[in-house]
Amino acid sequence: MTSLEPWRPERGEEIIAGLTRLDGAVLPMFHALQGAFGHVPKETVAMIAHALNLSRAEVFGALSFYHDFRHEPPGARLVKICRAESCQAMGGEAASRFLLADLGIDWGETTPDGAVTVEPVYCLGLCAVSPAALVDGQPLGRVDGMLLVEAARA
Amino acid sequence: MSRVCVPRDAATLAVGADAVAGAIAERGVEVVRTGSRGLVWLEPMIEVETVAGRIAYGPVMAKDLPGLFEADFLNGGEHLLRLGRPEDHPWLAGQTRITFARCGILDPASLDDYRAHGGFKGLERAREIGPAATIAAVTDSGLRGRGGAGFPAGIKWRTVAEAPGETKYIVCNADEGDSGTFADRMIMEGDPFTLLEGMAIAAFAVGASKGYVYSRSEYPHANATFGAAIETARSAGVLSDFDVELRVGAGAYVCGEETALLESLEGKRGQVRAKPPLPAHQGLFGKPTVVNNVLTLATTPWVLAKGGEAYAALGVGRSRGTQPIQLAGNVRYPGVYEAPFGLTLGEIVNDIGGGTASGRPVKAVQCGGPLGAYFPPSLFDTVYDYEAFAARDGLIGHGGVVVFDDTVDMAAQARFAFQFCALESCGKCTPCRIGSVRGAETMQRVMDGVDTEANLALITDLCETLKFGSLCALGGFTPYPVMSAINHWPEDFHVVRDI
Repeated sequence: MTSLEPWRPERGEEIIAGLTRLDGAVLPMFHALQGAFGHVPKETVAMIAHALNLSRAEVFGALSFYHDFRHEPPGARLVKICRAESCQAMGGEAASRFLLADLGIDWGETTPDGAVTVEPVYCLGLCAVSPAALVDGQPLGRVDGMLLVEAARA
Repeated sequence: MSRVCVPRDAATLAVGADAVAGAIAERGVEVVRTGSRGLVWLEPMIEVETVAGRIAYGPVMAKDLPGLFEADFLNGGEHLLRLGRPEDHPWLAGQTRITFARCGILDPASLDDYRAHGGFKGLERAREIGPAATIAAVTDSGLRGRGGAGFPAGIKWRTVAEAPGETKYIVCNADEGDSGTFADRMIMEGDPFTLLEGMAIAAFAVGASKGYVYSRSEYPHANATFGAAIETARSAGVLSDFDVELRVGAGAYVCGEETALLESLEGKRGQVRAKPPLPAHQGLFGKPTVVNNVLTLATTPWVLAKGGEAYAALGVGRSRGTQPIQLAGNVRYPGVYEAPFGLTLGEIVNDIGGGTASGRPVKAVQCGGPLGAYFPPSLFDTVYDYEAFAARDGLIGHGGVVVFDDTVDMAAQARFAFQFCALESCGKCTPCRIGSVRGAETMQRVMDGVDTEANLALITDLCETLKFGSLCALGGFTPYPVMSAINHWPEDFHVVRDI
C-alpha cells in the first residue's frame, strides 16, 4: 500500500463528483475513496448522500453492509488470507495461525507499529494453489506459515 | 525466433509466473502472456512455439530457466520438465473443451488473436438468424445456468425478450464466491472476449443495450484484464451499440445471489429480494433483466456458432453439454477439467484428480461450494448431473469439487458452514440471520460433548427451518453441508475433543 493519499475533504468531493454520472454509483464511490485513502472516511457519507440525493442512512447502510470497506486506513502492508474450505483442506488455518502468532495480532487487526494488517477473505479463486493469500494485491499460492511471515515482513 | 507463452492467470502469478516471464524476456525472447490451461499443479506451465507446434514445460520456476535454455527448450529440447505437446497431455486430451476452448491458448488482450481462434462467429450467426432463432438455439442446446441454480438459459432469455419495456439489461454474475471455484476468474483472465461476445449475443436476443458484469474485489487481476478487454472491444466497435460496464463487489458472498447482486449494483445493501417478481420481469432498476453466470454467457458463442443440437448432443439426462469442473482442496491434480455431464464423482476425484495431494485416504468431497453437501467415498458412484446430485441431497452448484483427506474433522466443517452463513447472511430473513448463529453455537456444544443427542436433534430441526423458511440459497442450502456431515460421518459428532 504505497500510494495512499492523506484524507482531504476537497479530494473526497472531487472523487465523488467524478462518479455521479454512473447509475447505482454508491459502490464505485466507496471503492474509489478506499483506493485513494485506504478507507472510506466517515465524512464522505454525507457527501455521497448529498451528491446522489440519498439519505445519509441509505449511504451508511450500504457502507456498513460490505466487509471490504474500512473505517480506518490499514497498516503499511495488507495481507488477506483465504479461510474458505479449499484452503482449509490444505492447512490454511495452521499457516494463518502461525502468521498471526508471529505478528501478535488477531484477524482484522493491525500490528501496533502499523506495519501489517491481516484480514480474512472467503475465497480468492486461487483454490488450485491452496492455501492462498493476497499480499498488497499480489497473489501468493501454496503458502505455509513461514512463507506468510516472510511475505508479511519483507 | 520462437515465442514463449507464459500464463498470467492469477493462480500462476501466485506461484511465480511473473518471475519466469521476466527471466525469459531478459534473454531477448518474445513472451506472450496467456491465460492458464487449467493444469494448475503444473503451473507455471510455459509453452514454446516450435515448428512442431507448442511444447509445454512445467512447473517452471525462474531458477529452472538457465537449465532450460541450456537444453534448448526454445526448440523443444529434452528436459526433466518437458511435458510435450499440451494437447497430447492426458489431462487435456480427455477433456471436451467448449467454454474453455481458447483459454490458455490465446493472448487475452488481443482481438486479432480472438478472431483467429474463431471469435465472434457466434455473434455473427446470431445477427444472421435474428433474435427469435438465437433464443431458440440456446433453448435447444439445453444450456442451464452454470451459476448453480441450473435454470434453462433459453427460457430466461425468452422471458426477458417477451417482457414489455424499452430498457432491458444483461447482468453477468461474476461474483464467484464459492470456495473451490475459479472458472469464471479463469475465463475473465484467459478469454475475456468470449464473455463479452456471449453478453452481446444475449443483448441482441432480448433487446438490451446495456450490460453489467458484477465481479469481486477478491479478483483484482481478473478485473484488470476484463476491464481492459471492455475498453478494447469498445474502441474497436465490435459490440456495436451494446455497452458493458464492470462493477466490483465488496466482499459480500450473498451478492452472488442474483437479487442481492441487483440490489448491490443499484448501490444498496446486498439484501435479497423476495421473488416474485422475477428479475426477468423486474430486475435491475426495475427493468427486465437477464442475470446469467459467466460460464453460461461464455458458452453461448459456441452454441450459436455450432448450433444448439451440437451442444445438446453432449451430457446426460437433463444436464446437457459440458461443465468446467473445478478440482481443488487436498487433491493431487487441481485445476479445471471441462467434460460432458455424466462422469461419476469417483472418476472425477480419483482418476482425474488423482486422489489427495497428501497421499492420505480421501475422507470427504464437498461439491458445489460452501453450501454444497459433503460426499463420502461410498457415494462416489453418483453421476455428475444436476438431478443425480439432487437425488443424493447434494448439488453441483458452480462446479467446485473440494477434496479433504482423513485428517478433516467433519463436525468442525459443519460448524464452519453455520459460521459462514452467519458471517455472510444479509439479515433479511429470520431463519438465516438467527438460525445460522444458533446453529454455530449448538454445533459448538456438540463438539464440546454437551447433550450430544439432544443438540444434534435440535440442529436437525433447525436445518429443516433453514431449508424451508429462508428467502434464498444461503440459508436454504446451509443445511446441505451440515446435514451431510452429520449423516455420513456420525462418529465425528460423538468424539471427546481435548480442546
